[in-house]
Amino acid sequence: MGNYVGKSMKRVEDPRFIQGRGRYVANLQMPGMVHVAVKRSPHAHARINAIHTDEAKALPGVVAVYIGQELVDGGAGSLPCGFTPPGIKTPPHYPLAIDKVRHVGDGVAVVVAESAYIANDALDLIEVDYDPLPAVVNAKGAMDEGAPLVHDDVPNNLSFHWPLGDEEAVNTAFAEADHVVELDLINQRLIPNAMEPRACAAQWDSFMETMTVWTTSQNPHTIRLLLGAFTLGIPEHKLRVISPDVGGGFGSKIFHYPEEVIVPWVARAVNRPAKWVSTRSEAFMTDAHGRDHVTHCKLALKSDGTFTGLHVTTYANMGAYLSTFAPLIPTALYITLFSGLYKIPVIFGESYGTMTNTVPVDAYRGAGRPEASYMLERLVDIAALELEMDPLEIRRKNLIPADEFPYQTPVALVYDSGNYQGLLDKIESLSDYKGMRAEQAQARQNGRLVGVGMSSCIEASGPAPSAVAVGLGAAIGLYESGVIRVHPTGKITVLTGSHAHGQGHETTFAQIVADELGVPVEDVEIIHGDTERTPYGVGTYGSRSAAIGGSALVKSAEKIRDKITRIAAHQLEAAVEDMVYDRENGKVHVKGSPDQAKSFGELAFAVTTADNLPEGMEAGLEETSFYDPANFTFPNSAHIAQIEIDRDTGEVKIQKYAAVDDVGNVINPMIVDGQLVGGIAQGVGQALWENGVYDDNGQLLSGTMLDYAMPRADGFPTIATDRIETPSPHNPLGVKGAGEMGTIAGTATIANAVMDALAPLGIKHLDMPLTAEKLYNAIHAANGGGN
Amino acid sequence: MKVSLTVNGSAVERDVEPRTLLVHFLRDHLSLTGTNIGCDTSQCGACTVHLNGMAVKSCTTLAVQADGAEVTTIEGLAHNGQLHPMQQAFWDNHGLQCGYCTPGMIMAAVKLVENNPNITDDEIRHGLEGNICRCTGYQNIVKSVKSAAAAMGGD
Repeated sequence: MGNYVGKSMKRVEDPRFIQGRGRYVANLQMPGMVHVAVKRSPHAHARINAIHTDEAKALPGVVAVYIGQELVDGGAGSLPCGFTPPGIKTPPHYPLAIDKVRHVGDGVAVVVAESAYIANDALDLIEVDYDPLPAVVNAKGAMDEGAPLVHDDVPNNLSFHWPLGDEEAVNTAFAEADHVVELDLINQRLIPNAMEPRACAAQWDSFMETMTVWTTSQNPHTIRLLLGAFTLGIPEHKLRVISPDVGGGFGSKIFHYPEEVIVPWVARAVNRPAKWVSTRSEAFMTDAHGRDHVTHCKLALKSDGTFTGLHVTTYANMGAYLSTFAPLIPTALYITLFSGLYKIPVIFGESYGTMTNTVPVDAYRGAGRPEASYMLERLVDIAALELEMDPLEIRRKNLIPADEFPYQTPVALVYDSGNYQGLLDKIESLSDYKGMRAEQAQARQNGRLVGVGMSSCIEASGPAPSAVAVGLGAAIGLYESGVIRVHPTGKITVLTGSHAHGQGHETTFAQIVADELGVPVEDVEIIHGDTERTPYGVGTYGSRSAAIGGSALVKSAEKIRDKITRIAAHQLEAAVEDMVYDRENGKVHVKGSPDQAKSFGELAFAVTTADNLPEGMEAGLEETSFYDPANFTFPNSAHIAQIEIDRDTGEVKIQKYAAVDDVGNVINPMIVDGQLVGGIAQGVGQALWENGVYDDNGQLLSGTMLDYAMPRADGFPTIATDRIETPSPHNPLGVKGAGEMGTIAGTATIANAVMDALAPLGIKHLDMPLTAEKLYNAIHAANGGGN
Repeated sequence: MKVSLTVNGSAVERDVEPRTLLVHFLRDHLSLTGTNIGCDTSQCGACTVHLNGMAVKSCTTLAVQADGAEVTTIEGLAHNGQLHPMQQAFWDNHGLQCGYCTPGMIMAAVKLVENNPNITDDEIRHGLEGNICRCTGYQNIVKSVKSAAAAMGGD
């Protein structure tokens, strides 16, 4: 046991945030800086006949105005898609639209001005001559005969079809089933809304021909790679990408966005530093959205509730262009999770990825896994209802037993470890499930609509073994880098390829390194988010940082321990095998003789003076590792909530919420609980309030925070959390990833609770969000128009 | 036009366009970038500052409206290197993750507690409806505000 790991240490990053010293991109000021604003399409689909910019250019304070073709002529390239399974159609995506606009918010021109106010004034002076075209917005409708084509070279708007599993065996299972549960569902479009809008700034050094780009990214190295290799035409060694403090991402800041090309392109073109800051309205119509599935699913069962087969067909909306990882989400991160926590002998799933005149859809917190869990957990609840079984008991009956790990699912994945029975036992007691049911029975007698809902969910986190990822169609390996640089005085700088945008790595990674080396945590400083300071790395998403980034640091720490142990052995004239590294006190001593010791500081200095090192050993104490995981890790959860629907208003009040999660070993319980509770709030947001809505013409109706219902403080009770810890065998820390489990479970739990409340009215399923209006109307209709 | 006001205890005077928003005045003219902008419809509260002792959203206040006023931003909350109890409570209770909503959240919470020293959890949740946080699920924010209320002299 170390001194720090496992303890709720207060975060070292907080003092700057609570005093208003966050280093966000929008805060950057540079001498001579120009401001960039983007002219955006009001049409979902239209041909561009002409763009008139003369009036805008004539406005005092405007430095330049550019259109899409000028960017391409000046070396800007199409934004690439980073996950391309065989047969996929990947239409081009230029930073500004050239011939056609394909969604409301698509950029058509860019203004460069002395102030942001002038830049915005100039946008109004640009006149675009459009020929509006019919639009298509629905994931399934996009494939209809005669639907408008978003891209001429993508027939039927179908980018890809991705099947997985033995469909014939599944069909047999259904033919032989005692009972079949069937469901059509919509997993609605969500708009991520990280509180910090995206921003990008750039500075071109015309003497050195180097470009520095500051961007609100979760993975600056990936952005540099894409800028260097595809979109900007400046080679990587001349490019520096910095993502300083980033105000939340939730997936939406993984991707390579047009403005990351436009701003550096402009900075070079006008030879002045440039900055663009998104407004919230722009964020709604340009940040990649999430979810948006139309699904038909069915579950085969024996009459005793045993699951025997699962068949799922999903139409996944990709939007107008394929965002950086978009095709990965409804395929390898979705269908592979269809087994949940359950033994399901045969499973078949398929996804159709379709192009529509909407904002591109890509990973949003959970990314594919919440969609899988929601689908499965709804089916399981309806099965329980139809077979008149308790939802907890039907789940218990089908759990993968604890002694069957590692467990091979029928959909490619091998689960690492778990204790799903223990999980359900613990949630049953934490939530006082029997008490909730008793309360519900009482309330129902009084005509109240009280519901108890649960979910037991799986997540595959820590993506991913590079060979698996690349084999499936990913363009990059998914390891992570970690450097430990020990200074002559024994103080330590850590460089990580992971990126923190709320996760607290500056604290947790320091806890890991301090324990691995036996040094005070105050002596360890974590550096991230700068391609010139950190080695090439992959970044932070998919709950991967602790499992992969943390493990890279463990490997580097092992190398440091090994080197200084050999120095200690040499200087103490003992055999290396006889040395003990005391990680509690940061000393290396001779076995059985704690006094014959060298401290970490002494050894760090010894490497610097380098006058008394073992034969052949080089000076310097700095180690680099790249950790590539052997497998995903598989966090899992069981949540139970009690809700009440107000009959008169349809409003849902969450009365109680309890969560038990297995995220493996825990580095900092305070931070893990924070991630889980925050994730649950986001998941509940999908179940009850959030909805990205387009009308049939492709107009975004939920385009501001007035129209898009964000979770607010008064929407929640105090959430009770507990956990079980089954360490992952795949990484040296035994961690599983805590970033997304809450979101995955929160949606299914609350949706099931609401449907449980409505069950006495004969309502089996309603699509999310379960808003007051929707529930009021459903209750009203079920009562034959009365209330 | 000319505006003169007191910001974080110091007198400032600037020439601004009449349409300049207070938040842009603070950030761009005074380089007080601690006040963040999270939306453009006064929904999120990231830009909350104190104007003559009231918590206001500085994205929907014109700089000229603050002429002659006293403005406090997050940068002016700590005194002599001593964190305000609300700042300390957010740190102690993990009341923030990405930190972007935090300055506005803290400024709103300070006034909430000053106006209601014995504030309940429910009152905190309702009082902070106008401040959106996407990271924390609010639980630790409520805990922070409750704990700050005690430190600020409530029962």
